[in-house]
Amino acid sequence: MTVPAVEITGVSKVFGTGGSGDVHALDGIDLVVEAGQFVSLIGPSGCGKSTLLRLIADLLEPTTGDISVYGKPARAARRDQDYGIAFQAAGLLEWRTVVGNIELPLELHGISKRDRRARALELLELVGLPDFASHRPSQLSGGMQQRVAIARALAEKPPLLLMDEPFGALDEMTRERMQAELVRICTETQTTVVFVTHSIPEAVYLSDRVVVMSARPGRISRIVDVELGPRVEGTRESTAFFAKITEVRAGLRGGPRAGQVAVGEHPIGVVDSR
Amino acid sequence: MTDAALETVAATAVPVSVGRGGVARGRVRRTAMLVLAFVLLCGGWEFYKLVGSDDGSRILGARVLPRADDASMPHVFDIARRFARPEQSVPGSRSVARVVLTACWFTFRLALAGCVLGAVVGLLLAILMAQFRIAERGLLPYVVLSQTVPLVALAPLVVGWGGRLHIGGVAWQPWMSVSVIASYLAFFPVAVGALRGLQSPTEASLELMRSYAASWGQTLWRLRLPAAVPYLVPALRLAGASSVVGAIVAEISTGTRGGVGRLIIQYAQQATGDPAKVYTAIIGAAVLGLVVAGLVSLLDLALRAHQPRRVAAA
Repeated sequence: MTVPAVEITGVSKVFGTGGSGDVHALDGIDLVVEAGQFVSLIGPSGCGKSTLLRLIADLLEPTTGDISVYGKPARAARRDQDYGIAFQAAGLLEWRTVVGNIELPLELHGISKRDRRARALELLELVGLPDFASHRPSQLSGGMQQRVAIARALAEKPPLLLMDEPFGALDEMTRERMQAELVRICTETQTTVVFVTHSIPEAVYLSDRVVVMSARPGRISRIVDVELGPRVEGTRESTAFFAKITEVRAGLRGGPRAGQVAVGEHPIGVVDSR
Repeated sequence: MTDAALETVAATAVPVSVGRGGVARGRVRRTAMLVLAFVLLCGGWEFYKLVGSDDGSRILGARVLPRADDASMPHVFDIARRFARPEQSVPGSRSVARVVLTACWFTFRLALAGCVLGAVVGLLLAILMAQFRIAERGLLPYVVLSQTVPLVALAPLVVGWGGRLHIGGVAWQPWMSVSVIASYLAFFPVAVGALRGLQSPTEASLELMRSYAASWGQTLWRLRLPAAVPYLVPALRLAGASSVVGAIVAEISTGTRGGVGRLIIQYAQQATGDPAKVYTAIIGAAVLGLVVAGLVSLLDLALRAHQPRRVAAA
């Protein structure tokens, strides 16, 4: 049997110094992400979904518990560049061109100039921006900047992609197009994805599994398996799609298995109001 | 692809072309304003000489406006002519213009050395403070405090300590004291400006570098320093001007010969017999400051080749 991409056992995270003002961001998290899966973390603000992502990325350290990425401790996985990461803000370096931004991680790891240029152009093709290599980030729209950020995250062909609300700041139209492209890219590149979002349709459309979380302290309240098959034009209108949305929403409101979130405390509609 | 191309049309072409035309027009206007300001200054000077009293204006016995006689305020053309005439009325004496130019060149080199030294020290301090919160808390108050110590008080100390130093067999030279004192003024704006610049990258950018397992040096070189450039340029402009002022004051207070600071004192002592002379040295010092500011602008242009065009600012 293959090694899971991410294995989280008994993880908790407390922010603070041990006083009464401590924030228990995460508590008793167990989660396994199989290689090749697309998993979304969804939950109300403050449920620790971004924190969980940063723990996997070894940008934060868990207070208790273990995290392994492809069988290695998270720290070793970060050193070996086993994952690429993209945040809500594209975070491109203004003084570099688009292609220079994608090359940054390759440059840091000593890839030759010719190879990294070739790789960056290949990635620009993949994200649909082949004509913008020498543009400055400020000349691109928000959606295009986010595509560059995704290309950058994929630069070193990481087997795992970590994404923290990458489409959160985009308008609904751009957002749906980006989601379709992400699904295409991940299928083409066979990448495992852990994706943080607070949009239910986004989570259902993108994922193989949706991990529903509740807040204070952050816990996993339910895991919904989404079996919608290949995403096509009509997926967003299918009955199965709406059924899954209903199931995730029920999980967020505190369905049969979850008792932590009071009904109506975090009203989240089917159509994301943003 | 087409939708991607459409997305940029709005974002790029228009503002950039408008921005470039505006920059060229702005440069012409700036030059015109500079010339106009100079003409107004000369005109104002002559106008005051025309209407002002030769004994100045007094209110209750205190002189509130300067004397307008030729000994206190020589005519503009007298000052201009003074540049061409010999420095002393002995045969073979050099023209004042050459003497002032030579003195300015001397001071320029000292100021430049001071400015470079100050910029290096300022940048190193900023890197230290940006890296360690505790260094920032411990050092920054002293950096600010350092500027409250008058230069004149500092001069004898630097000369005294320097006199006992031998660096690699080379004895301390008097000009080194002047440069060190000039750098004392120059390091401050660089330290404060660079600190802000080095701290300007967002948390997301820093997390990104961490996710790449980038070393401290890599993060500094590829993220923090480039991000600091827009903060460094105005800081260096201040440092350049400060180092000229610092060098002139230091020349005077250490008694260093050969520079424009010394020349101002020397010519001022001859002001009763030759009033236009001291103004030639003062004008020389002012032009020196402008030259240094101009050099920093050239550096800015060179650095901007690596920076995005700030469309919004144009």
